[in-house]
Amino acid sequence: MVRQNSLLALCALALVACGGGDKDSSGEERAGIDRDPYPSTYTPRPSETVFITNATVLDGVGNLIENGSVLLEDGRIAAVGADIEAPDGARRIDARGKWVTPGIIDNHSHLGVYASPGVNAHADGNEVTAPVTAEVWAEHGIWPQDPGFTRALAGGITSMQVLPGSANLFGGRGVILKNVLGRTVQDMKFPDAPYTLKMACGENPKRVYGGRGQAPGSRMGNFAGYRQTWANAVEYKRKWDKFAEEGGDPPSRDLEMDTLAGVLAGDILVHMHCYRADEMVQVLDMAEEFGYKVTSFHHGVEAYKIADRLAEADTCASIWADWWGFKMEAYDGVRENLPMVHQAGACAIVHSDSEVGIQRLNQEAAKAWSDGRRAGLDISQADAWSWLSANPARSLGIFEETGSLEIGKAADVVIWTGDPFSVFTKAEQVYIDGALFFDLTDDSLLPVTDFELGQPGQGDRK
Amino acid sequence: MIRKALTGVALSAMMLASPALADTIAITGGTVWTGTQDAAIENGVVLIVDDKIVAVGDARLSVPSNATVIDAAGGWVTPGIFAPFARTGLVEVGAEAATNDTAAVESKYSAALNAADGFNPASTTIDITRIEGITRMAVAPSNGNRMFAGSGFIADTSGDAGSILRENVFQLITLGEGGSGLSGGSRPAAWATLRAALDDAQNYTGRYVTGPEGAALNRVDAEALAPVVRGQQLLLVQVHRASDIRRLLGILPDYAELDVAIVGAAEGWLVADELAAADVPVIIDPFDNLPASFERLGATSKNAQRLIDAGVTTAFAQLDSSAHQTRLILQNAGNAVANGVSHADAMHAITSIPADIFGQTTLGRLRSGAAGDVVVWDGDPLEITSAPSHVLIDGEVQSLESRQTLLRDRYLSLEDGDLPLAYRK
Repeated sequence: MVRQNSLLALCALALVACGGGDKDSSGEERAGIDRDPYPSTYTPRPSETVFITNATVLDGVGNLIENGSVLLEDGRIAAVGADIEAPDGARRIDARGKWVTPGIIDNHSHLGVYASPGVNAHADGNEVTAPVTAEVWAEHGIWPQDPGFTRALAGGITSMQVLPGSANLFGGRGVILKNVLGRTVQDMKFPDAPYTLKMACGENPKRVYGGRGQAPGSRMGNFAGYRQTWANAVEYKRKWDKFAEEGGDPPSRDLEMDTLAGVLAGDILVHMHCYRADEMVQVLDMAEEFGYKVTSFHHGVEAYKIADRLAEADTCASIWADWWGFKMEAYDGVRENLPMVHQAGACAIVHSDSEVGIQRLNQEAAKAWSDGRRAGLDISQADAWSWLSANPARSLGIFEETGSLEIGKAADVVIWTGDPFSVFTKAEQVYIDGALFFDLTDDSLLPVTDFELGQPGQGDRK
Repeated sequence: MIRKALTGVALSAMMLASPALADTIAITGGTVWTGTQDAAIENGVVLIVDDKIVAVGDARLSVPSNATVIDAAGGWVTPGIFAPFARTGLVEVGAEAATNDTAAVESKYSAALNAADGFNPASTTIDITRIEGITRMAVAPSNGNRMFAGSGFIADTSGDAGSILRENVFQLITLGEGGSGLSGGSRPAAWATLRAALDDAQNYTGRYVTGPEGAALNRVDAEALAPVVRGQQLLLVQVHRASDIRRLLGILPDYAELDVAIVGAAEGWLVADELAAADVPVIIDPFDNLPASFERLGATSKNAQRLIDAGVTTAFAQLDSSAHQTRLILQNAGNAVANGVSHADAMHAITSIPADIFGQTTLGRLRSGAAGDVVVWDGDPLEITSAPSHVLIDGEVQSLESRQTLLRDRYLSLEDGDLPLAYRK
């Protein structure tokens, strides 16, 4: 997403014509609205030139390279392959017996918004005061001192999406983070990543609001709520488009509608909590009705039933390996959901939705991968890794920057002690933008959040 | 994989002693981890007659000619996995109260609640758990409105009508933050309640001659807790914080008969030597490494290794999703190995140690006389990519089908035939 700050500054300081006449500018630009008012202040940390060699390399886009090497230079992937040479002065890592992969990207986390310890004061992930709260932003609820970030790092997580919860039809904006601890949320924000919108199907919204005698109280009410809101958003966007074309007084600004208009404009990506197959297909119809795209369904316990429809719609399924049964819409879980979605040609993603699960998403992929093979779905490990890095990166609009070991991309890299499809394997080193942030054998690279300082077990291997 | 042995083999003395029409199964060729010794037997043999294991040995052990042979070559053979803390069979759909019999928030009874009354062996959760190699479970209630949750039981995962092995095996109570909230709002309140309740139980029946109320428990609950103070039933205590565990260990000398084990123990490693000295076993979740609450600030994935190194009897459980995901305890155990526990200790923690904690000496090990609970795996059982090829409970080969495998098979192809998918079954 293009930063708007500079334009705003120009309008204010340099008497540039910002009031009208420029057909290319959006309504927001014309009105001097900053679309990125809490900009990322993340900057890559200093990095060395690192040559990792003799490794089994999964490049994240379908290739397994035996005796492979990966060169990290200036924080980027500079070379990948079996026949590359180390440049002079590179730090050489002999990774014999080890595996190298792109960093894992979890596109469904509540770290920071439901921080540990899980005390009442840390419940900042659901604005449970109205069913439509597209105006709230997850980043305003994130506590950067959540110890969960450090545990996720030890599991090889280099980026994540933090989402609002699923109590509401429209839960608010999600935010994409680099998993590098900072003093502020802005220090962690993934530069230039798009915003996302969390929506929710099914049981949660109708239970939360129906229980209060308020709409929605049924799945019918859920859809009525979405549709009326989208209809309002279409009208809101029309006003702003008209203003962009013709100038005059800007329409009144509505923060909820700002987010939804951003979706309709294709700038904000929709991530929708939705378990049941039938509901997902109705949502796809609704997206066509109002002219937007669902980038990914989340949880999708029944995605395997409509994997072909997901493939047609180019909509991802962000799912668990084996969670099931905790509520009715999660009753039809199968262990082969991920490989079945993959096999149908749809985009499969392993997500966590959990401060525990985020620590071993590679194991979740491995379980589903092996269960799939037993059921006759013959997917290679190299292809299955797309569930962990490339596909989540695509679903977050950051695949140009990360999610695979391809030349020019950010050096978000994990060296594993062995095959990451084994339960006995651990992330040994985790690089983000080429800088080493975690090392299994070096306690100086063991982050401790403010919260854990001075507490029992401070500085312990967790 | 199952075939009748065709070649005549000399019968062992033991086999000659068995009835002529006995049902004999021989599992051959696999890596046999018995639980009676740390090293596995390569190319081992396990002989089962009817419902019991009659012999375990290496390839020299004779296979009787009438045996049904299960070829375990290339795989592993282990005792059936024993989940030491589960709610499987008490819940069908977690959020649907009518299908969830774990807790009774509005009941006037607490310790008297017998979880076995709510067990449904036909629950889909049972098959789903069994086909991952778990053959036995200690099934526990959850707390309702008091720190006394009620009693738990031991069941197998066959799904058969008679799958409860023994009821009222343990009483579950909760201390720490949970116990505080259930006792009026503080740890002192929880402790006052517990001491009063133990006193009621010790003075059952005398205290109740004149009426149904004691100092902390009504007559029915005191009757249920009485076997605990007599040492006839295990007291299982959910507690995490080091100081709370110490407090618990501190009362043990006052109750000489009390047989105590701990569930949770996220900060157990901080009091590992004291636990070992008091000979109090713990059931922990190796995934527990976050300060999820203020009573778990010291949680670490090293807990398992440190407890075991200190000599604490340590079992592993999946405590996060104890009804539907009991099957994950193999992954829990595998992660414990990744964090420093030996493979053998991790295997013990989900087989022989749970059996010992609950006094079920015929379970959890492959040895002559043990129950015929045996699992054949296609690889290392702790490896997440491995799965059972055969599950036997009491000598019976079990189905490896579940509602989940049926759903999978229905949807493996999404091609519509002449009839909708509902006709594919």
